[in-house]
Amino acid sequence: MLNIENLHVEVEGKEILRGVDLVLPAGEVHAVMGPNGSGKSTLAHVLAGHEGYNVTQGRILYRGHDLTAMEPEERAREGIFLAFQYPVEIPGVTNANFLKSAVNAVRKHRGEPELDAIEFLKLARDKLALLRMDEKLLSRAINIGFSGGEKKRNEIFQMAMLDPQLAVLDETDSGLDIDALQVVADGINALRRPGRSILMITHYQRLLNYVVPDWVHVLVRGRIVKSGGKELAQELEAKGYADMIKAAAA
Amino acid sequence: MVASPQTVETIRALAGDYKYGFVTDIESELAPKGLNEETIRFISAKKQEPAWLLEWRLKAFRVWQQHQDHEPTWARVRYPKIDYQDIHYYAAPKSKDRPKSLDEVDPELLETYEKLGIPLREREALAGVAVDAVFDSISVATTFKDKLKEMGIIFCSISEAVREHPELVRKYLGSVVPYSDNFFATLNSAVFSDGSFVYVPPGVRCPMELSTYFRINARSSGQFERTLIIADKGSYVSYLEGCTAPMRDENQLHAAVVELVALEDAEIRYATVQNWYPGDKDGKGGIYNFVTKRGACRGARSRISWTQVETGSAITWKYPSVILQGDDSVGQFYSVAVTNNWQQADTGTKMIHIGRNTRSTIISKGISAGHGQNTYRGLVRVLPRAENARNYSQCDSLLIGPHCGGHTVPYIEVKNRSARVEHEATTSKIGEDQLFYCRQRGLSEEEAVAMIVNGFCREVLQKLPMEFAVEAQKLLGVSLEGSVG
Repeated sequence: MLNIENLHVEVEGKEILRGVDLVLPAGEVHAVMGPNGSGKSTLAHVLAGHEGYNVTQGRILYRGHDLTAMEPEERAREGIFLAFQYPVEIPGVTNANFLKSAVNAVRKHRGEPELDAIEFLKLARDKLALLRMDEKLLSRAINIGFSGGEKKRNEIFQMAMLDPQLAVLDETDSGLDIDALQVVADGINALRRPGRSILMITHYQRLLNYVVPDWVHVLVRGRIVKSGGKELAQELEAKGYADMIKAAAA
Repeated sequence: MVASPQTVETIRALAGDYKYGFVTDIESELAPKGLNEETIRFISAKKQEPAWLLEWRLKAFRVWQQHQDHEPTWARVRYPKIDYQDIHYYAAPKSKDRPKSLDEVDPELLETYEKLGIPLREREALAGVAVDAVFDSISVATTFKDKLKEMGIIFCSISEAVREHPELVRKYLGSVVPYSDNFFATLNSAVFSDGSFVYVPPGVRCPMELSTYFRINARSSGQFERTLIIADKGSYVSYLEGCTAPMRDENQLHAAVVELVALEDAEIRYATVQNWYPGDKDGKGGIYNFVTKRGACRGARSRISWTQVETGSAITWKYPSVILQGDDSVGQFYSVAVTNNWQQADTGTKMIHIGRNTRSTIISKGISAGHGQNTYRGLVRVLPRAENARNYSQCDSLLIGPHCGGHTVPYIEVKNRSARVEHEATTSKIGEDQLFYCRQRGLSEEEAVAMIVNGFCREVLQKLPMEFAVEAQKLLGVSLEGSVG
């Protein structure tokens, strides 16, 4: 599904990713963990195609195609979804209106007929029921007046609506209390399915107690320094990142 | 934000592509260029007007003559000096007699309306919409007239009203905007060519949205519509005005006057979608739009609301106002103004509180992109007798890109201690993060801008009648195409 090869990325002239290699097969859930400033969010943004992140070397293969020249909206329509660490507020635009346009942009790209208002509403209600979320979410303006937990849940709902092949979850657990974390984790688990790959980017191990990954990568100073099974996350939780930071610096 | 070469290409492509930029080739009957008493007599004679109206025009002309070197300069708009002697003040589609039915209307004219998407033929008319179409200066056809007639509603061209209902016209014409009101209104009073007239009798609720489409066509002909709407006691009428104009190289002057009169318990809603040619991407061409729109809430408990979506014109100078004379009367102003490329808009409202317990609401949304300059200018005046007057004003500006400007100039004059006047203003930018968020969900940059702008304008768009709201939403998107990059 996703094949990152020797990826170097600069932000405002400063090299943040310094040769990332990562393979995420179809249907698997991988976690990328790392200390602050290791380049986790840069990885998320560069996958989504943010203009401020320059790929200077290497490539990102998504389903066999190089992503690096693609616009963010093309990537989205091709099935890449980014759950934002800080979801953006858009006054006056309802979630329903926004998502209908987004869903139809993706459907159009796939050559599927666009959904009318009634079909859209049915789909939205199904997904809300699956995620056990309130229908009121649809008529609220995008992230306006949402609590931190509501914003993250809204990201998961959007993910459900857009039905991506590859979902990148950027610190989806940050700022959540334990109950909100549970709800978001349940949502992610409900959306796990064969053929859909999920890349969870997180600082802490606690999300991984709820959403158990197939594989864990540790990102330090712009490189993957270690990969392993889910027990690697527990090891990190116990020992912290200090040893790995030291090893990477050496 | 750095523009990709593709985006720049897109901007060029779109900026050069004004959808309604075509010219209909109909031989116009033109008055000679220039403005003098002869011109006014010519217009009045062409229209077979009674002596009192000619006299009224001439009075206006004399006032204008005295002030002709004093065009108002207080607005935040810049444009080359207008040569008022280099304009044709009358242009009519050439025909021997006025058409009695649509079958007699020049097919080419009908085709023009088709291109503009105006459902002129009755069978094609949108359900509930009657169209009084103004082509250049003369109304060519009016639909649904018979149906309205049954209810006693008069909906016709103002020329026809002068002939058929002189007592009403004489009583109300200039009663809200006097001929000496301001430079452009005075000019209009002297040379107005045509426009719409509406009278709704006491207690009648007009069952359909009344609608007029304006179009400027003949080369170098200024257009000076005059519209007069009277809602008699306890009546209700909703009026829609929508405009598109063909592409022109030279600037065209437009100075309309709209007068509304609401008597006791009457309500008038006036909605405008204005989409005249805004000029090209370098600021060449475009319509100069100097409009005087004013309503008088004469009777107790009367209501007037102005809703406008202004996306066109190179210059917009427009302050639809309400004079709240009747006790408990209500005035409302809902506005969206877009300036892209080199467009300039100085627009707002005046709410004049005279009667007791009068209330007014002002919601203004200004959107600037490119090198556009957008000014909200509004006056709230509470006179001594206006006990318990209330006003709420909200003026929001949205900026797109680094070269545009949004300005808010509120004037508040309160002469009664019981008044409560609130004013809120915000300025925001479309954030890069908002655009990226939308694009990450699969929307193009243009779709994202349209969506964010529509969200910003939501409170105003909701005030438009349904059929206009949809059109206005599309128009906002189209007007701002290529504005990001």
